[in-house]
This record gives sequence, structure tokens and C-alpha cells, in this order.
Amino acid sequence: MTTVTKPDPAPKDPVSTDPFLSVRDLYVRFATEDGTVKAVDGLSFDLERGETLGIVGESGSGKSVTNLAILGLHNPRNTTIAGEIMLDGQELTGASNRTLERLRGNKMAMIFQDSLTALSPYYTVGRQIAEPFMKHTGASKREGRARAIEMLARVGIPQPQTRVDDFPHQFSGGMRQRAMIALALVCDPELVIADEPTTALDVTVQAQILDLLKDLQQETGTSIILITHDLGVIANTADKVVVMYAGRAVERGTTREILKAPEHPYAWGLLSSIPRLTADVDVPLSPIPGTPPSLLNPPSGCPFHPRCAFVEKVGGDRCSTERPQLPDGRGSACHLTTEQKRDIFIEQIQPRLR
Amino acid sequence: MSEEQQKPSLEKGATADAAPEADKAVPAQRPETGERLLEVTGMRKYFPINGGFVFQRRVGDVRAVDGIDFHIDKGEALGMVGESGCGKSTTGRLVTRLLEPTDGKVAYAGQDITHASRRQLAPIRSEIQMIFQDPYASLNPRQTVGNIISAPMEINGINPTGGREKRVRELLETVGLNPEHYNRFPHEFSGGQRQRIGVARALSVNPKLIVADEPVSALDVSIQAQVVNLLQQVQKELGIAFLFIAHDLAIVRHFSQRIAVMYLGKIVEIGDRESIYVKPRHPYTHALLSAAPEADPDDKGRERIRLAGDVPSPINPPSGCRFRTRCWKAQDLCADEEPPLIQLGGSSEGHLTACHFPEEPTVTARAEDIILDPALAGAEEAADKTL
Amino acid sequence: MLRFLTRRVLGAAVILVLISLVTYLLFFALPSDPALLSCGKNCTPSNIAQIHKNLGLDKPIIVQWWDYLIGIFGGRHLPLGNCPAPCFGLSFNNQTPVWALLKDRYPTTLSLAIGGSFIFLVVGVGLGLVSAWKQGSVFDRAASSVSLLGQSVQIYFIGPLAIYLLSYKLGWLNRGQDPSWGAHPGSSLTGLVLPCLVMSVIFWSNYSRQTRSLMVEQLSEEHVRTARAKGMGSRYVFLRYALRGAMGPIITIFGIDLGSVFGGAIITEATFGLHGLGNLAVSAVTQQDLPLEMGVMLIGATSIVIFNIIVDACYALIDPRIRLA
Repeated sequence: MTTVTKPDPAPKDPVSTDPFLSVRDLYVRFATEDGTVKAVDGLSFDLERGETLGIVGESGSGKSVTNLAILGLHNPRNTTIAGEIMLDGQELTGASNRTLERLRGNKMAMIFQDSLTALSPYYTVGRQIAEPFMKHTGASKREGRARAIEMLARVGIPQPQTRVDDFPHQFSGGMRQRAMIALALVCDPELVIADEPTTALDVTVQAQILDLLKDLQQETGTSIILITHDLGVIANTADKVVVMYAGRAVERGTTREILKAPEHPYAWGLLSSIPRLTADVDVPLSPIPGTPPSLLNPPSGCPFHPRCAFVEKVGGDRCSTERPQLPDGRGSACHLTTEQKRDIFIEQIQPRLR
Repeated sequence: MSEEQQKPSLEKGATADAAPEADKAVPAQRPETGERLLEVTGMRKYFPINGGFVFQRRVGDVRAVDGIDFHIDKGEALGMVGESGCGKSTTGRLVTRLLEPTDGKVAYAGQDITHASRRQLAPIRSEIQMIFQDPYASLNPRQTVGNIISAPMEINGINPTGGREKRVRELLETVGLNPEHYNRFPHEFSGGQRQRIGVARALSVNPKLIVADEPVSALDVSIQAQVVNLLQQVQKELGIAFLFIAHDLAIVRHFSQRIAVMYLGKIVEIGDRESIYVKPRHPYTHALLSAAPEADPDDKGRERIRLAGDVPSPINPPSGCRFRTRCWKAQDLCADEEPPLIQLGGSSEGHLTACHFPEEPTVTARAEDIILDPALAGAEEAADKTL
Repeated sequence: MLRFLTRRVLGAAVILVLISLVTYLLFFALPSDPALLSCGKNCTPSNIAQIHKNLGLDKPIIVQWWDYLIGIFGGRHLPLGNCPAPCFGLSFNNQTPVWALLKDRYPTTLSLAIGGSFIFLVVGVGLGLVSAWKQGSVFDRAASSVSLLGQSVQIYFIGPLAIYLLSYKLGWLNRGQDPSWGAHPGSSLTGLVLPCLVMSVIFWSNYSRQTRSLMVEQLSEEHVRTARAKGMGSRYVFLRYALRGAMGPIITIFGIDLGSVFGGAIITEATFGLHGLGNLAVSAVTQQDLPLEMGVMLIGATSIVIFNIIVDACYALIDPRIRLA
């Protein structure tokens, strides 16, 4: 990233090595009939080459919107985007549609959640896979078809020579998701964004697909952003994790740090509300009280404060008035002191996790 | 709310209910046989597929449930896990008699309800209630919460002391909602709150058995735990038996004392929690457990099994053992002969497995991972070579 | 596909036979006796009986209907003259076979229906597409008001207006004449442009509005988003992905509208003084010419049934998920 060419370089970001993808102070707002939805509210993260970043959050946390914004797939009629998205030194937020079209499906690709609705029912799987390849590499129809067969074989579709002419509805759910992956990887993209890629799948198929993604990544060196609500999905696939809540990143760290020593009360809540296969069944789950906030009118200060059990530890009305900042690198956006976080985690949270 | 509080309102309901159908509606006096609340034997449900050239005729069946046996004791929670299309939801609907079984027998409290008519079912309907997956689709948007929750009482002719409204307000409080919300509409509530309304509706008629079909899978992670805890509290405090249907193995384990694993319309393994999760014998149970995502980066001690492909179609299921097409231990016998659901040597009491070549009763990692998926196996072989 | 067509054609045949039975029964349940009409002033009961015998009216109605049905396929020898297959009976009015009259008039109506449909599909769908492409633009708003205006006028109002302006004043278009495709294909075409145009106007608004909303809906579909995520150009995505999805419903609406299309063609004929089925139907009704009424009715029903089969087949061609069986 050569920030010199930018008229307004982010001054608080003294990066020495340029990350492959860098998102800085991203704001995404939708105009709706009820008001402005602050879908993403000042989000920053980096992604290195060949690395997998997990973005974890519940519905409405802004995780999917962020990634649609990276690809420029939002509806320009009602969406405003501010901030900086740098992909391999190229600014994407203000880029022209033509530039983005050249990057999409080529340098950056996306795997969507529901392959039944995300693939067109009107064209064969082969054609849908070949299309971006033909467009971005100038390949002929014949070459495109050959490439589609090659990709289908690579993602483990049996008899790819015949299945290439099938329509999506003729595939089973797991096979369709494989075809979706083949479609995303057909141009050997350097960035793949996988938006809940296994949520619609069965458990055994989910495991196959996640492992497949990981293996393909090792082969190609692609960077992956894995969006999910399921902490179990990131445990074995992601290197780093960003936890999002109400359009903001509330915690950032390596997967191990987030799962083993989380700092933010929301991350604590998430971890202690999921049952584990080996946990003591007589200990009830510890849910997060309340419901996720509306992004039309998010809470002031820390967006998690209405559901947080530790507001009193901070004292005063700091949590409801002052927005906590998320430091660069490992850290969490919370007013608790580092010692408080550590003590609360060890004394109250950790015992619940085993 | 304790059981003592519940009792009077139940009896009240029973007598009030007697007016229109005096001959049938005496639930309190129905004969009770031991501890069994629900007994299902050889239950089948085939959905016909119609086709044909000029005239429509039956050309095949979707064998959604194909001969299953299980029972639920009073106050017990039986978990039912399996992947989509295994027939677990259909089982739930058969037990509540929303569907009529094609074959087999369903007995509730000793009474055969397999083909019972609406009239015969009337007194039982209030004792078996259902909680649905989708909290958005299962509540009528044009009805107030009060009406929704009191509807089962109305249908079953139950008039609790103090009136239905008082009871509804109590129920709202039980499930953690504000009794003041009596007159609100479902759209004013979040997903988790709606599911609480669904629970309150099921509780309104003091059921003895609740069939919960994926009750939390449509909810956000932080909300799931709220609803699971609520259901658990209901189960323990009111002594209600549950058939808890879900695909999430960890949640089923957390909730149920016994667990049945279904695959393509069959129960392949059933047993108490410990047996199923620690000492599973059926290869499919092993595969399911090893695939369950755990939020633990140090999860290396678990065995790793990756199946190939998807579940076959229930229209034309494989012969013999249905899992054989995806099983690493399958032999000729598996195709020829269907394995019976029996207690294997080394399994504990009540732990039944339907397998000719069962696995060792452990879930610790094997010397060699089982990778059946050709694409995965290829990629991993390539990776091993480069190392 | 063949299986589907065979099945649909068989089904259509059954429906048409039933329609013929019902209409036959209805017509003969009417209080007027056709014999009285052709009997003249010096009518005696024996005359009437003779006419009844000539017309075959002395037999039970169901037998009459059966003879009629057989006649359609095999022809009949009626006392008043020979009636070769397909025999729809002889017109009471001038004893000519009904089929000859229908054959003479059918091309006009069919040409109007097809030409009108072509124009309103092109104009309506085209307007809708441009509106969807430029949502919220001046064009979008203008198109919706213009097409609304089109829907609120009537053929018999804009017909004369169009003749006056486009034909009489400006001399751009022929004022409308019956086509004779075999003899003068060129003038047949130009003679039909104005009537077809006028007829199509009432359909514009519906099709442009439906197309616009279908396209807006399709553009927010996930598979369209996937196409964009692949880097396909916006025009390509619009035409190849979104339009493809909108085509099925448009064709369905067209199938439902077929009846109104034929109705519109008949009103247009009257407005432009063309000699089509509508014209024939009106004279048949006024002269109580039952065989002719039956003939017009059956030919109309047959056309609609056949076009519906074509529409369904098109739907299956567009959407691979529809299995034809």
C-alpha cells in the first residue's frame, strides 16, 4: 500500500508492511423508509496473503454488508459508503464500476451461503462456472467448458464431464456448494470471501466443505475471509478473527486468542452460550440477556452496554456515553481495564467453558 | 412455577372440558402403564409420488420414516439427531398425529393413537404439544399474543381458575415475557421472544409431552441459549417429557437424557447420552460426532472422519443397511441384509445399534483419519507428499 | 416434450368436446325455435315439422350433438345440402357451410391478435425494461404515466382518433383493411399496422408495469448478485440473468390475457370495419344463426386452448426446473 498517492492517508495507521487487504474506518449506511441503517460503523481490519480471517457475528452485525462493500455489490441507490478499502494497493471504495467488474470474479471472488438461490436456475452449472473465466481470461467457449470440468473435478464432483451440463437444481445441496466454490475459484482469485459457506449444509457435508476450502487454500495461497455466526466453524479454519457487534468490530485477535482468552464481554457471552460436546450437562448455558440492537437506532457509547453484565465495573456512565476504541492488533473495544478483563475471564468465564 | 401450582389448573381443565364430549374427555383417569408415556413401534410414513401419462397414479414413495421403534418415559427428554431428510421432523409430526402413520403403532399412555380419529384424539391433543422451528411462520400475525396463547385452551375447552387471560399472563411470566404484552402482535417481538410465545402456547394446556422441532436453529447464537435454558427449566420444573429434534449435536446432548440418531428414515443408534456421545458404535454416529464443529482450536484429540457425498434419496434408499453407500466398513453383507437395532456386546443397557460391523466404543483420534471424500483425500495426499 | 404435448393435446381435445356439448345444450335451450325463423309468414305445424326434420331438430338433443361432433371430423350429408368435413353445420341464413365462412374470416382475426400481441409485447416489455434499467429516472416516471393513459382509453375511442390523425391527416399509415396474405402480402401487412397498434395500446400499461416490477424483483435476487460478483457487466447481468427470470412470469400473464386479446381483436375489427370473426359473430347473433354462433364459439375456444399449450411449452423451454410430463 503506497499511502503517498492518497490525499488523505490514515495517520493513525503506521503500517510498515503493506497488508494484502486493508479496510480502514469503513462506514456503510442504508437509507430506508424508517431511517438510516448504520450497517457498518467504523470498521478496520487487515488481511495478509494466504491468511484466513474469520468475521464472527450475529445477524445484523454488519459482517455480510462489509464484504458486499468490498466487492462493490451494494445497491448504490440507497447505500453510502465511506472509508478506505485497499486491495493489493488499489483503492476500491471510489473505484469505477468498470474497474470493479475487472476485479470481481477475477482477483476477488465470493462464495455465497445458499447455493440454491445464489446460482441461476436458468443456466447449466458449467456455463455459470465458465462465464467469469471466459470474461476475465478471454478464453473461448471450448476452453471455458474444459476449465469448468477441471474445476468441478477439483472440488470433488463425480463425473464432471457429464455433470457440467446439469442445472443447479439437479445437484444435491453439498454438490451445489462445491459448484459454488468451483465458480469462485475458477480464475484463481487472490481473495475469496466466503459468506456463511456451510450454514445451509448438513453437519457431515459442512465438515467436508470446510476441509476442502482449507486444502484448496493451501494449494493456491488464496486469502480467505470467512464470515460466520458459528464459532465452531472458525476454530479449525481461520488464522485470525474479528468479532463484530452492531456494525462494529468489538474484538480482534488470533483464533486461539479469541476462543481461549477472549477479552470482550460479548465474546464471553457468545462462547458461554454455546454448548459443547464435552461440557458438563448439568451446568446451564449462560445466555446473553436481551436481543441484538436495531441498527436504525443503535445504543449510544458502547453498543453492547444494554446487554453487558459488567457495566458497573467500569463505573459511571462511561459505557453509555463514550464509544470504546478498538486498538490495532490484538485487543477489544471495551472500557474495562486489561486487568479487569483478565480477572473476570479467569474467575467467571473460563469455569463455564469446560 | 412449580408442579403443585400446575396440578389444580389441569384438573379444572379436565372437568370443564367434559361438557361437550363427556364420554371421552377424562384424561385424568386414563390407564397409566408403568413409566412409558409414548411407545412407538415399527412406525412408517411413506409419502406417495404421483405421476403417469394420462391419469395420475402412484409411481413411488418418499420413505420419510421407515420402521422405527422408540419410547419416551414420563418427564424424560429424548433427543433426535440426524441430517436433513432423515425423517426426524416427520417423526415429530407423526407422534403429535399431525400426520397419520402409514404403518406401525403409536401408543400414548397405553392408548393406541396410530389411526385415532379427530374425536378420539381430542382429549390427547392437549397433552401432546408442539414447538416449531420458525418463530416467524408459526405465529398468526393477525392475532394478539393473548389470543395465540389461549387458543389451545379454547380449542380443548379448558377454563382455568381465574379465567384464561389470567393464565396467559402467568404463562407469559413463566417464559420470561412481560405479562403486559398480552395485547401485542407477534411482529412486535424479536425471534427469541416469539419462540418464547410458542413455548407459552405449548404450555397453556399443561402438556405431558412436548415435541420441539428444531426449536432454536432459526435463532441467533446469543438467543439460542436463552430458549434452551427456558425449555430445560420447563422440562425439569414441570416434569414434561420432550421429543427434542435438532441437527446440532451439542445442543441435543445438552438437553436430552437419551438420544436417537436417525439416518434415511431409520434409527441407527439409540441410547443414553453418555453411550451415544462417548461410546458410539455406529459408524454414522462416529462420523456425525467427528464432523460437529467445536469452538476449540485444541480439538485434536477427536477422531476425524470425512464422508463422501450427500445423503442418498429417500425415494430409492440403498438396500440392506442404508448407510453402507457412505460407510468405510461396508461389506457385501451390508447390502444384502438390514442390520437389526440391537444391544451389542460391550454396549451398556438400553444402548441399541443397527450395524453389522460396529466401531470401537470411543471417539478419540484414530491412528489414521478416515477421509472418504475423493477431492479431500487427493488434496491431503498431495500435501503429505510435499511435506 | 413430446410426451407433454401429447398429453396436453389429448386434454385439450377432451375440454373442447365438453365445451361443444355445453354450448350445444345452451343454444338449444334457448326459447326461440329456429324453424319459426325460416318458416316465413304462412307457417303451418306441418311446415315446422318438415323444417325440423330438415334441420335434424326432431332427434333428441344429445343425438344431434353427437351427429354434429361426428360431422366435424367426417362431414355430413344434410337434407339442405352437402357439408364436407370439417362440418360445423350449414348456416341457417344462406345454407353455406359454416366452415367456409369461418375460413374466410379467421385470417383477419388471427392476424390482428398476433400482430397486436407482438406490438404490445415489444412496446410493453421494452418500456418496462428501460424503466427498470433507469429506476426513478424521468423516463421511468414518464413511461408509467403514458402507459397508464393507454390503459384508461378504449379501442373504439382511440381507433377513430388514430385513423383521423395517422391516416387521414398525416397519411403515415393505411386506415386498415382485411388481409389477404396469399394474394397481396405487402398491402396485407401495411393494412394491419394501424389496427394492431390501436389494439395493443390497452395492453401496454399492464405489461410495462409488470415487466418493471418483475425486473426490479429479479435484480435483487441472489443469483443476479452472484452474476455481478463474477464480474459480469451490468448490461449482461440485466439481460441474461434478470430478464431470463422475468420472462416466465411475463409469458404466464400473456397466457392469461389470451382471451382478452381475442376479445380486443373483435372490438378492433368492428372499429376499423374489418371482416373477421367478430363481425361474423355479431351478425350470427343478430340473425339467430345457431350453427354459425356455435362455429365461432368453438373456433375461438380452440384458438385459446392451442395458444395456451404453446405458452406452457415456452415456459418449459425458459425454465429448466419445469419438468414436462
